[in-house]
Amino acid sequence: MAKAFQKIYTKITQITKATCSVKATNVGYDELATVNGKLAQVVKIIGDEVTLQIFEGTEGIPTNAEVIFMGKAPSLKVGEQLSGRFFNAYGDPIDGGPVPEGEERPIGGPSVNPVRRKQPSELIATGIAGIDLNNTLVSGQKIPFFADPDQPFNQVMATVALRAKADKIILGGMGMTNDDYLFFKNVFSNAGALDRIISFMNTTEDPAVERLLVPDMALTAAEYFAVDKNEKVLVLLTDMTSYADALSIVSNRMDQIPSKDSMPGSLYSDLAKIYEKAAQFPTGGSITIVAVTTLSGGDITHAVPDNTGYITEGQLFLRRDSDVGKVIVDPFRSLSRLKQLVQGKKTREDHPQLMNAAVRLYADAANAKTKQENGFDLTDYDERTLSFAKDYSEFILAIDVNLDTEEMLDRTWKLLATYFKPAEVNMKKELVDKYWH
Amino acid sequence: MLTKGTVKGIIANLVIVEVDGPVSQNEIAYIDLEGTRLMSEVIKVVGKNVYVQVFESTRGLQVNSTVEFQGHMLEVVLGPGLLERNLDGLENDLDKMEGVFLKRGEYTFPLDEQKEWSFKPLATPGDKVTGGSWLGEVDENFQPHKIMVPFVMKEEYTLKSIVEEGNYNIHHTIAVVTDQAGKEHAITMVQRWPVKVPITTYKEKPRPYRLLETGVRSIDTLNPIVEGGTGFIPGAFGTGKTVLQHAISKQAEADIVIIAACGERANEVVEIFTEFPELIDPHTGRKLMERTIIVANTSNMPVAAREASVYTAMTIGEYYRSMGLKVLLMADSTSRWAQALREMSNRLEELPGPDAFPMDLSSIISNFYGRAGHVTLNNGQEGSITFIGTVSPAGGNLKEPVTENTKKVARCFYALEQDRADKKRYPAINPIESYSKYIEYPEFEEFISEHISDDWIEKVNEAKTRLLRGKEIAEQINILGDDGVPVEYHITFWKSELIDFIVLQQDAFDEIDAVTPIERQKHILDLVTEICRTDFEFDHFNQVADFFKELINIGKQMNYSEFGSERFNHYCNQLKERVSDNQLSVVSA
Repeated sequence: MAKAFQKIYTKITQITKATCSVKATNVGYDELATVNGKLAQVVKIIGDEVTLQIFEGTEGIPTNAEVIFMGKAPSLKVGEQLSGRFFNAYGDPIDGGPVPEGEERPIGGPSVNPVRRKQPSELIATGIAGIDLNNTLVSGQKIPFFADPDQPFNQVMATVALRAKADKIILGGMGMTNDDYLFFKNVFSNAGALDRIISFMNTTEDPAVERLLVPDMALTAAEYFAVDKNEKVLVLLTDMTSYADALSIVSNRMDQIPSKDSMPGSLYSDLAKIYEKAAQFPTGGSITIVAVTTLSGGDITHAVPDNTGYITEGQLFLRRDSDVGKVIVDPFRSLSRLKQLVQGKKTREDHPQLMNAAVRLYADAANAKTKQENGFDLTDYDERTLSFAKDYSEFILAIDVNLDTEEMLDRTWKLLATYFKPAEVNMKKELVDKYWH
Repeated sequence: MLTKGTVKGIIANLVIVEVDGPVSQNEIAYIDLEGTRLMSEVIKVVGKNVYVQVFESTRGLQVNSTVEFQGHMLEVVLGPGLLERNLDGLENDLDKMEGVFLKRGEYTFPLDEQKEWSFKPLATPGDKVTGGSWLGEVDENFQPHKIMVPFVMKEEYTLKSIVEEGNYNIHHTIAVVTDQAGKEHAITMVQRWPVKVPITTYKEKPRPYRLLETGVRSIDTLNPIVEGGTGFIPGAFGTGKTVLQHAISKQAEADIVIIAACGERANEVVEIFTEFPELIDPHTGRKLMERTIIVANTSNMPVAAREASVYTAMTIGEYYRSMGLKVLLMADSTSRWAQALREMSNRLEELPGPDAFPMDLSSIISNFYGRAGHVTLNNGQEGSITFIGTVSPAGGNLKEPVTENTKKVARCFYALEQDRADKKRYPAINPIESYSKYIEYPEFEEFISEHISDDWIEKVNEAKTRLLRGKEIAEQINILGDDGVPVEYHITFWKSELIDFIVLQQDAFDEIDAVTPIERQKHILDLVTEICRTDFEFDHFNQVADFFKELINIGKQMNYSEFGSERFNHYCNQLKERVSDNQLSVVSA
């Protein structure tokens, strides 16, 4: 690449809220630059006019600003020294430590050749039955929590991360409040896990557009540990809705025609590029992504959760169950698409059918509840499903449950036997004969 | 001489090139990025400025880079050896690429150039031939792969010579033909064809009528698709689109299955090429992979190549159809393809249509579906492409441009319903909203009477009516309460539940239940119809539910048992006994 980064350009031709244009030559697409010291990236070149997106915003940029091109795309120095460190969106340390040494790699690198991927097959046990029993996670999977902002998704995510037995946990924070950032820092430090944490943080105090770099930073680090070091890496991305909001700000300021919910038409591809970095590599390393997509009033038809749902391998919903007064993992709307790769294979044979039977009965309870609310008489069966649902919620679905998978299965069989007859559960006879007590 | 150009502007993967000569729309050009050649396609021309969409990332590209135009549109290579390949959207062989990550500018040839094929001539010197005429055949994974006169050769030619039976590689000249001006043309086993142009070397395209068995009961029994038919599966995420697509591609009675993974998850493709080499084709007993071609442009691969991938898959399908084979083409998902069109249209600053999709979306979709179909070839043989596309409607709302435009052209509609999926009633195909237009074709009815039975369609329609009636009653019960309607209503409702549980619901992860051959489907439908035509008498609605739940449980066990086995017959008889214990009298059919 022609290294022209010593040359200073000062002919600014246009300034918008997020971008400025400058007359310059020998500039590469996606290249980084500084505009009066502020970091920027090339987003458009027409002839000798180069348009730069300034991450911090263009406040105070003069028409004679000094633009210096760096001759490279955004990059991260990868190496063992990343472990245990906290960085900002640019990959600069924010924990007072030294700048880590390592090999410089451009972020947002190429995709994995699909034929080089391995089929994910390793179960990630979290102890939370609403996940392990009904929506089992698998290494190499990508799955978000769909949650309203008031739900305890960060707590659940931290629990999952600590129990997941990952070699590295990489936290990418986008638009996170400082309080939540400190929460994660505390939880990880109390668990003695700080040495396997790497964090890239954009808090609500930082400029919004900067957070567009966070997922790529986190995943470039993840690829280093998963591919070069064959480690099992868990990447936590919270909150992807804030990321998408930043995308919409940029596309709006670039005069792009918005599609649904003011989001850019490329939202699907933009999100897919991030989530598809989750992979099981042939040499044993893996990248698993657990993300958070906050919803507005539980609306999953909004463009962000909607596109996310089509990209990720399932989604986890949290809901407060007023009957038992606990937050549960909603069995209807939650789904892990990779669960069948491990259920009944890495877990006991009765797992898939038992899970479905219990959820089906829970659905019957929901119908009975509607009936009850409408003032109709309940049948004996309705009454039994309601009692079952209450126990099932409290002892299986609640997020404070911590069991191993066998215990979850045994507990579910016990609940079925308490409230139902074998003919009511619609399961294979061999399984009922073997496990019904 | 080929046209050259220089880069004048770059906006993501849209590049503006100033040219020194003629270019044509959709022409392929390579952009030089410090020695790496980036493939691109012309999508708009304004004076000397040509807009190209680049099939790769443009990171680091600078203005004044040189561009070479190729003088042809995006083409695919056609020849023996495509089966079992994992291709990308531009037909590069993914297995030939080195390293874990895709490298930009790496293009690989899709066929094995060394392999020798055992060639048998089918034509003799002196024969009059034209594009698509069969000259000979080689055995490709037990399929008679026809070596044809290239489709680009439009005139009538005389076969001058043809090689003898023997082993040849794909580049060996196997025949020489003479055109009307006396010029000779050498023909090998490979040819090229531009993907956006349909291959039309057939005599006619009659209405399709032969049932294409998929082993999925709610398709074959309720809303059948036919060889050469078109269908689409819209469904919100989590409603089981992918599981259903995989089930169809595993089980369908087709010679060739092409799976276009268009902008979807890479792990779903991994599932196919991990499992298909192990799974057995239920119709031939051979490995499923042997009949399968995967065209993968997953969601993280370049967007422009995503648009090309569905055309690549369709062109390969047309190639095999011209050999008189039954091709099944599945595209998951056509919405991602439409979104790729939208992204480009947006960068071109075209005036947008509904939901910012390009205005010509409707004609693009209908032209594409139009390429499927059952054809009679010039030599009288028949071939077909059955096309099933999935649609991923934004927010699960079917009133969006891709779903609406697809509905106008596809003849089968399999609506996946969130509510059924939530209740784990899989496959979540809504039996009332879904339809197959083919069931109304007299040709189809005739075929069914001959191959299944005379009363099949009558029974299917009867089941559909019962399902509709059951749904209406469920709504009434919701309003009036269980005791607010007569007991007979409960019987009617539970009869529809019986059809739902025994016929419609199917366990895609159970080895036996996953695939139901048509004889077994007939057995199940006959049995269920017989039960539904029986009049029962109960005093109380609770008894109705208990009785039918018992029947459903026995029916489930039957579905899990091997067809015709002792166990299977045991459950069948048990069902019949329980029915006769409670019946009032049998209404004559």
